[in-house]
Amino acid sequence: MKFIDEYRDPDLARKYVREIERVAKGSWNIMEVCGGQTHAIVRYGIDSALPRGVTLLHGPGCPVCVTPVETIDKALELASHDNVTFCSFGDMLRVPGSTKDLLSVRAEGGDVRIVYSPLDSLKIARENPDREVVFFGIGFETTAPTTAMTVLQAKRFGLSNFSVLTALVLIPPAIESILDSPLTRVNAFLAPGHVCTVTGFREYERLSEKYGVPIVVTGFEAVDLLQGILMSLRQLENSEARTENQYGRAVQIDGNTAARKLMDDVFEVIDRKWRGFGTIPSSGYGLSGDYSEFDAEKRFGLTDRVAEESTECISAQILQGIKKPSDCPAFGVTCTPEKPLGATMVSNEGACNAYYRYRSRAKSKSTLGKGGEK
Amino acid sequence: MCLAIPGEILKITDTDPVTRSGDVSFGGVVKEVSLALVPEAAVGDYVIVHAGFALNVLDEDEARTTLDYIRQIEDLQYEDDVSQ
Amino acid sequence: MKRDSGWPECPIPKSDCENILLAHGSGGRMMHQLIDRIFVEAFGTAELREAHDGAVLQPGSKRIAFTTDSYVVDPIFFPGGDIGTLAVNGTVNDLAMCGARPMYLSTGFIIEEGLAVEDLWRVAKSMRDSADSAGIRIVTGDTKVVERGKCDKLFINSAGVGVVEHDLDIGPSSIRTGDKIIINGDIGRHGIAVMSEREGLSFQSDIESDCAPLAKAVLRMLDAGIEVHCLRDLTRGGLATSLVEISQTSGYNLRLNESSIPVRDDVRGACEFLGLDPMYVANEGRFVTFVPGDNSDEAMEIINSESPDTSSSVIGSVGEKSGALVLIQSIIGAERIVEMLSGEQLPRIC
Repeated sequence: MKFIDEYRDPDLARKYVREIERVAKGSWNIMEVCGGQTHAIVRYGIDSALPRGVTLLHGPGCPVCVTPVETIDKALELASHDNVTFCSFGDMLRVPGSTKDLLSVRAEGGDVRIVYSPLDSLKIARENPDREVVFFGIGFETTAPTTAMTVLQAKRFGLSNFSVLTALVLIPPAIESILDSPLTRVNAFLAPGHVCTVTGFREYERLSEKYGVPIVVTGFEAVDLLQGILMSLRQLENSEARTENQYGRAVQIDGNTAARKLMDDVFEVIDRKWRGFGTIPSSGYGLSGDYSEFDAEKRFGLTDRVAEESTECISAQILQGIKKPSDCPAFGVTCTPEKPLGATMVSNEGACNAYYRYRSRAKSKSTLGKGGEK
Repeated sequence: MCLAIPGEILKITDTDPVTRSGDVSFGGVVKEVSLALVPEAAVGDYVIVHAGFALNVLDEDEARTTLDYIRQIEDLQYEDDVSQ
Repeated sequence: MKRDSGWPECPIPKSDCENILLAHGSGGRMMHQLIDRIFVEAFGTAELREAHDGAVLQPGSKRIAFTTDSYVVDPIFFPGGDIGTLAVNGTVNDLAMCGARPMYLSTGFIIEEGLAVEDLWRVAKSMRDSADSAGIRIVTGDTKVVERGKCDKLFINSAGVGVVEHDLDIGPSSIRTGDKIIINGDIGRHGIAVMSEREGLSFQSDIESDCAPLAKAVLRMLDAGIEVHCLRDLTRGGLATSLVEISQTSGYNLRLNESSIPVRDDVRGACEFLGLDPMYVANEGRFVTFVPGDNSDEAMEIINSESPDTSSSVIGSVGEKSGALVLIQSIIGAERIVEMLSGEQLPRIC
């Protein structure tokens, strides 16, 4: 397949591994923020192909992982209504809230549907005018414009039976939150390529400058990730700190201006709670005033609530890059994909789940590098 | 966030700016995709598609540059080795 | 009714009865008419015409293979097949994986009130066509009708009996270090074909289910004297699940090469945009064979001659008897462990 196979070329990948070995002299921690990148790293075994001094940390770029329990509980409440058809991306169906998940609600008789696109839920709404159709709007800036366009279409068609439970979050505030933490061990970031396809990367240039940290906008195939890692290492070894774009074929500095204008119109920036982080100010999108009729929380009068999270779970520290899944005593023991304790074991992109699926459970060495040394 | 795949636009099926859509092929499997976010995209272009929407048109020149990156580094090293 | 003159129209015309009613399952005249005019007509065996409680059979003096499976696929019609094709081939293939010659099939139908009779006729025809291709006869069966909503259109159970004519012990306990693992063709077609019909995930493609009988390929390998150690047909959970099962049962490590696992471009395209891993996608006409290394070329030749629309591939080999892990080498040469999924693989955007 064009634009995919070339970036999975084994010869090219091996060249990168050799060059990374040649370049990397110090001990460095590089964080990839996006769950899709975590998935690819573990699937191709990229982290095990890197020299000992280079450690990859898995950041909070998994919207499934960071959706707060309270929001999932709201989703469960909506999905349990008799006249609601609740539509969601497949990723969210197994994420447990306080007591159960959407799959259980479906088993109990709730009308829960998996959709590939938010537009599918709009189609369901148009074809079923007697049902209240709610779309679970999770995601980062990659998904935000798709949700925005869906809401715009809903307004255009004058739909009165469609609403969105928004849980959209933004990446740069999360990176800033990680860099602001005194515990941070991250020396460089691989910025999420598809988020930047939409937003561009000027905001990341600001972060590079403010924190003196190299950031490389990176794609998702083996060659992309290896190139992103190499570019980060070259900067680190040369004490540089700027934002570079590895994913030039899909990302321009200003991103997709049509999408950004749409998001400015349909959304407003709000504070959001992140599972494992607490509330990060101005880190999410909610529907703006003109579109509030499509806000499911308002339509159904959902109350705010506080949910408890497991005490054993260290996903907060994993999401911040302070610990690895293998550092957790519950990993693979009391916490498994079938019985997840927290966010990072829940979805395929969660660091713990990825490790569990692709790694030996017997290997539990902590290999966290010291970071920042040459 | 994350899963977006390149596909080739085979046909534009709706030209209204808000509902603009087309048939996009992913290795032979064809799906209707919204092109509302890429008003400049045309038949024959490759677009990156996420959740049923094309987010950007793929740049072939940049794609080639990416693939050439490591080769350029190796060429420089070869020159270094030769000149030493 | 003669089969070689092609299939006739549904023997119960719409003017008589368009949909299955509860009365069709009540044991009375309507049920007998349904059985006679749909099932006996389609399957046409002497045993069924006897209309006895059971079929008395004489398979010979060898070992018998016996298996059962139930089929609840939704939608019941999909590109390349239907629930009937699955119900016959699925059970035939379970017998084939024992190295048995499939002989007899029983079929139990649980029909939802309201199913179109035309649809039932279509399924019955598929079953007869599949049975003929596989060389198996449908000799006994059962029919029940349940209220609307109590089952999803049609559920079928089929049990199969086959004769084991070889002396080998085919199963995970017979695999040995160094055995080659051969797959008979490209993976993922069935799961994607079924998904392409599901609401919300539909797309246009030429992908059809790979549902097919596998007995001939297996029997020919056995006839040729190939030392088949293990066979497994891949169904739900895909290639990965079957191999993990075999590894766990046998205690051996299995080592795979990702680039040797055949996946068609269009199946790969669908998997890419749905976010699915082809190794976990369902198949219905694919199996893995474990044979000693020096038998593998001949095995592949036989398998290829029975599967004209795909080709076999050596995807790996059996490693040491320790760990019981399935290990796969990625394209960059790094190794990872293939795990079993905890549940169904769901499409993702993340």
